[in-house]
Amino acid sequence: MKYEPVIGMEVHVELSTKSKVFCGCSTNFHAPANTNVCPVCLGMPGVLPVINKRAIEMSVAVGLALNCTISRWSKMDRKNYFYPDLAKNYQISQYDLPLCANGYIDIKSNGATKRIGITRAHLEEDTARNTHTIGGGESGVDFNRCGVTLLEIVTEPDIHGADEAFAYLTELKQLLRYLDVSDCNMEEGSLRAEANISIRPAGTTPFGTKTEVKNVASFSGIQKAIEFEIARQSKLLDEGGTVVQETRGWDADRGITFSQRAKESAHDYRYFPDPDLVPIVVDEAWEKAIRESLPELPQARRARFESEFGLSAYDAGVLTGEKPMADYYEAVVRMGCQPKQAANWITVELQALLTEHKQELTDSKVTHEHMAGMLKLIEDGTISGKIAKDLLAGMFESGKAPKVLVEEKGLVQISDTSAIEAVAREILAANPGPVADFRGGKEKAFGFLVGQLMKATKGKANPQLANEVLKRVLGEAE
Amino acid sequence: MSEKWYQKTAHEIRDAVRGGKVSALEVTESHLGRIAEVDSKVKAYVDVWNDAARAQAQAVDARIKAGEDVGPLAGVPIGLKDVFCTKLGTTTCCSKILKGYRSPFDGTAVERLANAGAVFLGKLNMDEFAMGSSTENSSIHTTRNPWNLDCVPGGSSGGSAAAVAADECAIALGSDTGGSIRQPAACVGCVGLKPTYGRISRYGLVAFASSLDQIGPFTKDVEDCAIALNIMCGRDPKDSTSANLPVPDFTKALTTDVAGLRIGLPKEYFTDALNAEMRDKVMAAVAVLEKEGARVVEVTLPHTDYAIAVYYIICTAEASSNLARFDGVRYATRAADAKTTMDMYTRTKTDGYGPEVRRRIMLGTYVLSSGYYDAYYLKAQKVRSLIRRDFTEAFEKCDVILTPTSPTPAFKIGEKAANPLDMYLSDIYTISVNLAGIPGLSMPCGLTASGLPAGLQIIGKPFDEETILRTAYAYEQKRGFEMGTPTAVK
Repeated sequence: MKYEPVIGMEVHVELSTKSKVFCGCSTNFHAPANTNVCPVCLGMPGVLPVINKRAIEMSVAVGLALNCTISRWSKMDRKNYFYPDLAKNYQISQYDLPLCANGYIDIKSNGATKRIGITRAHLEEDTARNTHTIGGGESGVDFNRCGVTLLEIVTEPDIHGADEAFAYLTELKQLLRYLDVSDCNMEEGSLRAEANISIRPAGTTPFGTKTEVKNVASFSGIQKAIEFEIARQSKLLDEGGTVVQETRGWDADRGITFSQRAKESAHDYRYFPDPDLVPIVVDEAWEKAIRESLPELPQARRARFESEFGLSAYDAGVLTGEKPMADYYEAVVRMGCQPKQAANWITVELQALLTEHKQELTDSKVTHEHMAGMLKLIEDGTISGKIAKDLLAGMFESGKAPKVLVEEKGLVQISDTSAIEAVAREILAANPGPVADFRGGKEKAFGFLVGQLMKATKGKANPQLANEVLKRVLGEAE
Repeated sequence: MSEKWYQKTAHEIRDAVRGGKVSALEVTESHLGRIAEVDSKVKAYVDVWNDAARAQAQAVDARIKAGEDVGPLAGVPIGLKDVFCTKLGTTTCCSKILKGYRSPFDGTAVERLANAGAVFLGKLNMDEFAMGSSTENSSIHTTRNPWNLDCVPGGSSGGSAAAVAADECAIALGSDTGGSIRQPAACVGCVGLKPTYGRISRYGLVAFASSLDQIGPFTKDVEDCAIALNIMCGRDPKDSTSANLPVPDFTKALTTDVAGLRIGLPKEYFTDALNAEMRDKVMAAVAVLEKEGARVVEVTLPHTDYAIAVYYIICTAEASSNLARFDGVRYATRAADAKTTMDMYTRTKTDGYGPEVRRRIMLGTYVLSSGYYDAYYLKAQKVRSLIRRDFTEAFEKCDVILTPTSPTPAFKIGEKAANPLDMYLSDIYTISVNLAGIPGLSMPCGLTASGLPAGLQIIGKPFDEETILRTAYAYEQKRGFEMGTPTAVK
């Protein structure tokens, strides 16, 4: 039978507040175990939580960027369950009144734009991290993560394929990075995604039984896990079986999902409003202030790059993928550089250097001023594109300004016709064979002669002039 | 030692210490001597910090010698209910599950008292996790009523009340969730105040029921109560529920001018269920105030009958969550041979808690359970709003409400221990005040024929402790008798 997958995503994002959501402890991920702790996040007797205002602001910013309605009045609730990674044996979360609700995000999948509904985004505290010795025996709890600000973003079951899930996660991550509210590092757990997957016969409306896939370390892993689940569930149903509601893990090595525990709904979390915290009131003025502080979001920026700078959709997409890249590009163009040329040099040449040296743009020594300086040298004919490649490598390594390097290395382009002509004549004299070939109709030989000329001038000859002069001189002698 | 400093009020001690008439150390020694003399009978303390108390007193004396202003509680010896987190000694809530637990910090109220020059003498007995009305639920021992050693001192802050009544400290700190300051204050005949919810930071108070818990003082007189409030009240950034309101100088409210004061008497409180002797004592107190120009009006609190049911749903629900952290992972003696995590939790908790605490955790877990939440917890919250509204409406007609603190005088040890519901009724006049979040004070209004104190409760509008204190002070000045030293510790 033909099935339609129905998928809803739950994403937990650690918000990058400097301190934890209910105490003043640092959120630094790399600190030694149990050093970023205090009586409050350790849940010691007698302590009280106090909410981090920045955590509310960041959550509201995400909510607004996801087109959510922001609750004027919301509250924190206690989610009660026993687990050693919970300092208090309850997690402070939000139950029936999330900070943000009823939003959406537009994604691009297979060339079409699709709208994914956002059910809610609510604020909560992260748990500690349990570690166990291999083979059991000893367990340890690291409370550094306990109390880190967490935002849970839940979609409607609007996703109908693994590629759409991938596109959603990519779009969401880009948005979060633009808002500068999380580093979204999946390996460090600052972004954790779970997929609720069910299938139903194509064209029908009732939902099938869902499974929840958890603990996947990458977006592509989630995509593969969803593909696997869809196939697994389809096969089950085709063979007359039934899908069991359960949580499933992902074995990346074997490429399969596996059963972890049955039916989450067996838990009774006994939610009730946390009496230690006062209601969260986000009035119109506060919401407005947060809205006004939002940066231009990726989709809007992409569209503007296309229209304002005449870029292709592809280039605009690449340049706006990460906010620092888009900022960098825009700064270069604002210095008067030709937008398409700037796009090429940044996305191709500079990106190649960054990839090769495993460097982030923000750590690069090539400032936007230096990049703009280099592009202007190309535009005014001081250097050739070929020289510019070497120059950029030098700038990347040394951090020196392009003009300084050009002078140091004598990289100025030779645009003097008579100088080039002199060299051309030498080349023709030294290569009678190829000259004869060319004259005999072998066009290829011309390329060889140009190469020789460039080699003799150490690449500094203006390529266009070199072509013209060489052709002229070859023609003369005939 | 000529002067019995332990008999003095905090303001008398403070004045003498500041005035150089006595050293803080002498005062502390006087109290430590008194504890040594009578506490084997009263059993108010669970931990006496003899050496640490002397060291604190010497530090106060050193500051005075250096010319520093030591503060409004200079050298005043204070006892702390074992529910307050202190760096000194242990903080156990008189529960086996927290035996030996040492807190790494001092709570806000304790810190503010220390900064005012107080000297802490040790930790006082209580019902385990403040659940009870007699101290019989303490895992350590039962405190005795200084007026009759066969009777309970009330609870849960029974150790605090008994210590003040028996002159074992000048001021004691307690906590009040459903009457745990006022009911024991009534039982032993001292002044006890539960301020408005949010007046005093709860940071450092081990939580029983967070939406009801309030810290308050036990004192020998009304003036000391005002002084203690001055120090402890006020916004604390560590407690989101602490009120961001200005704190008046409460001692300015201490006048005997009650002319025109409207005293409300709720008709639902003065029924046949009330012990006749208690009623007479309260009405006599009302008459004293009337003589000073106060007027009596009848008020109605129509939802009174629901208060105990509502209270035992809300407080147990919150307690079931608040106490979840004591699970053997980081607190309590972990069952050594537990096979699974759940087994460890179950056995740690079963061994660690007494029967009343276990009962309340189970009740609370039940009322929050899926399928029961709406019928119990949510309904209780709605009725709580109605109870709060009862008081709002009553206070349109009066300035303070006067009631008995407790329906009976202190009962015998063991008398109600077997019947929890009977015990819960001890708090029938105090519980509504916590549910409404308003302030209430208990002070003695005489002795019954059997020689036990009767308690008068004065209830005020939210954040109007001043009118309560004025009423209490006027009564105290005009009542025409002194309670004197309790008979069993004379």
